[in-house]
Amino acid sequence: MQFSLSSSPHNRVRRDTSQVMRMVCYACIPGILAQTWFFGWGTIIQISLAIITAVVTESTILELRKKDVSRGIGDYSAILTAILLGICLPPLAPWWLVVIGTFFSIAIVKQLYGGLGFNMFNPAMVGYVVLLISFPISMSAWLPVQSMAQTPYDFLDAFNVIATGYSQTGYSLAQLQLGVDSVTQATPLDAVRTGLLGGMTYSETLSAPIFISDWGWSYGWSAVSIAYLVGGVFLLQQRIINWHMPISMLFGVIVTAGLLNMLAPDQTGSIPFHLFSGAVIFGAFFIVTDPVSGSTTDKGRLIFGALIGFLTVIIRTYGGYPDAIAFAVIIMNIAVPLIDYYTQPRAYGHQP
Amino acid sequence: MIDADNVVQQIKQGQLFDFPGGVHPPQQKSLSNTTPINTIDEPERLYIPIKQHIGTQGSICVSIGQDVAKGEPLTTSANPFAVPVHASTSGKVIDITQHPSAHPSGLPETTIIIEPDGLAQWQLMPVMSDYLSADKVSILERICQAGISGLGGAGFPTHIKTNPQKSVECLIINGIECEPYISSDDRIMREHAWQIKQGIDILRHVIQPKQVIIAVEDNKPEAMDAIKTACIEDAGITIASVPTKYPAGGERQLIQVLTGEEVPQEGLPIDVGCLMYNVGTCYAIADAVLHGKALVQRVVTLTGQALGSPQNVWALLGTPIHHLLDIAGYDPKRQRSQKVIMGGPMMGFTVHNDVVPVVKITNCLLVPDKRELPDVEDERPCIRCGLCADACPAGLLPQQLFWHSKAKEYDKAQAYHLDACIECGACAYVCPSEIPLVHYYRKAKTDIKYQAAEKEKSEKARERFETRQARLLADKQAREEKHRLAAEARKKAMENKGGSDAKDKIAAALARAKAKRAAAAQANKDAEE
Repeated sequence: MQFSLSSSPHNRVRRDTSQVMRMVCYACIPGILAQTWFFGWGTIIQISLAIITAVVTESTILELRKKDVSRGIGDYSAILTAILLGICLPPLAPWWLVVIGTFFSIAIVKQLYGGLGFNMFNPAMVGYVVLLISFPISMSAWLPVQSMAQTPYDFLDAFNVIATGYSQTGYSLAQLQLGVDSVTQATPLDAVRTGLLGGMTYSETLSAPIFISDWGWSYGWSAVSIAYLVGGVFLLQQRIINWHMPISMLFGVIVTAGLLNMLAPDQTGSIPFHLFSGAVIFGAFFIVTDPVSGSTTDKGRLIFGALIGFLTVIIRTYGGYPDAIAFAVIIMNIAVPLIDYYTQPRAYGHQP
Repeated sequence: MIDADNVVQQIKQGQLFDFPGGVHPPQQKSLSNTTPINTIDEPERLYIPIKQHIGTQGSICVSIGQDVAKGEPLTTSANPFAVPVHASTSGKVIDITQHPSAHPSGLPETTIIIEPDGLAQWQLMPVMSDYLSADKVSILERICQAGISGLGGAGFPTHIKTNPQKSVECLIINGIECEPYISSDDRIMREHAWQIKQGIDILRHVIQPKQVIIAVEDNKPEAMDAIKTACIEDAGITIASVPTKYPAGGERQLIQVLTGEEVPQEGLPIDVGCLMYNVGTCYAIADAVLHGKALVQRVVTLTGQALGSPQNVWALLGTPIHHLLDIAGYDPKRQRSQKVIMGGPMMGFTVHNDVVPVVKITNCLLVPDKRELPDVEDERPCIRCGLCADACPAGLLPQQLFWHSKAKEYDKAQAYHLDACIECGACAYVCPSEIPLVHYYRKAKTDIKYQAAEKEKSEKARERFETRQARLLADKQAREEKHRLAAEARKKAMENKGGSDAKDKIAAALARAKAKRAAAAQANKDAEE
């Protein structure tokens, strides 16, 4: 009697790549819901557009590369990239923006480098940066928190604005951006940046209506951050991600922001401001933790995360764009091979 | 180097160390460990490979048609690394031929086939019940004569291990059995703790270690109790309960857990003062010394959900596995794909067919059903998640090893310490991309070994070539030198005797030749006339 053969180990954990990717997608849900609650339906529409573009792009290229398409799509990595990019885009940004960004992420950053597992850079973040540099105005067109908007809008409005640039009732994106005080709203980071550049102090800037709470950071933005924190803790608890990168990144942000704030309290953001008014929490748990483009040794992960945290605050404070995480992540992606090389663990029976 | 007294002190206080990584696969031990070790009928034929250990094989000392007794040696050798094999039962040698081996390759190897006569007539060696007064060498010789090599898995000749050149701090008895499913050590500890203790005493007498530690994983409380009972009056033996984690039973990992020390990469456990034996090996040593019995059987776990009655059996070495599968109630018709793993699910290998025999290192036959241990699909790309690095007990970066092994960049793979990989399979076990990592490492290791051998070969060839060239050159030079000297000597001789003398000689020779020709012409003329 002949038996079938296989290589040891014959036993395996029943959690494959596609499950891991799906879990990360699920972990985004609380954050996406919070974002929708505060900023309207736009985010959901952006994510859907991104997913469609990603699936079409990925399958086309896999087909061209003569790879198994259903298996490639089935690993959910393209969909995850699309979701992460969609989350980062302004909710009412025009449809071609998300299409271009997603296409770039999947086609150029991921597939041209060899597909899943071979990309040097975080696809979603490169896509984001390309859009940011190419279309800066569209990319900074964030909306006021719904409750503060002068002109509230619904799902169909959002859809129309994204598709045509005008809502059902004929408001343009610029008009929708006006807050209750008829002042154009950007992200809190943008607001602080513009304010500081305009000669205002940090505390003066924070008195602008976008910061409706007394704590020094925006209510809507911080709620979204906390929702992503919930998802991140779920990922940690499920052991989908390691604690090293998120915690070290938050540590990097806190230390750097704390130091700068101590040195120049009125020209830089406070620690809570940095943590909760932008994408730091989202970045720490969902962006920095991308395994493919990140460091793989424990020590390396700590360095990688901490330096992203450091760079984030530095770029926010001194850089040309307030959207620092994307740049910090890409810069550190370049450093990964170096970090990995110098942080190899000591092998059993070998001298350090 | 460890300090045995210190180590024992710590263990008695409940302090153990940990090794990095490790995994917790489902145990599945209760499938097979609830019933006593079964004594089974002899098979119709025994297939005994003549080499079942690491080292060299002996030469066959029986012939086809010869009657052999149970325990009679079939091979013999003067080489210290050779361990004999024995007839597992009495009967007739019916063939000596090539037979599929109990090896992942399944390649045929020289095998002695015996037809049992059903009498199981023993040929015993003299009993050494007073081994305490026997000298070390005669005990070592007995261990070798009985054909004992490590029963834990590696199959290293026991008599060589037992004769270390350095002093031994700690004799460690390995009762961990960390592989899922396998329960042969568990059962032998439960049922034969006394004999294991006897084997330990013999080892202790030979090795004279400072301390003896028996390590049992904490998922085997019954085995632990039995060992404790057997050793209750022996203050020199310390029993350590080791937390269940795979691969705690690996030699190097267990030393790390017990002592906190690591065995140097190029070294052996003895370099840190440890010697380790499997519990089954201790049992076999007691059998050899106290009962004069050669190693002809071992406990084999028959398990897996494709078996009707999983159990442990005493299997004669050489028993073909179809015999054991029949006993354990294997119905191939009910299985969609037939797979038999020799060893456990983590490190065992699949056998090619059902005539493969049980050998000295066969501790388990695992026959899973399709859903139990499903075949993996094609591997997906590595996403560098690092789960493998978290699981690696040797502190390696498996994803880097994989990357370089796959690309055949073996120098880089070695720079990432491929040599420290123990092939435990923890990395592949956790890999979400289902990459058969260990398979890549094995391939890389084999290639590296092959390349090194090739290099050595070409190095030797080059040396031979160069030596030959040098020799030819030297010959040529010597020849030329000789010619030159001869020429010079002639020249000198001519100069000494003067030019005219030489010319006269030539003229005289010419004249002689002329006269000869003239004489010949004259003779011809006469004959014509």
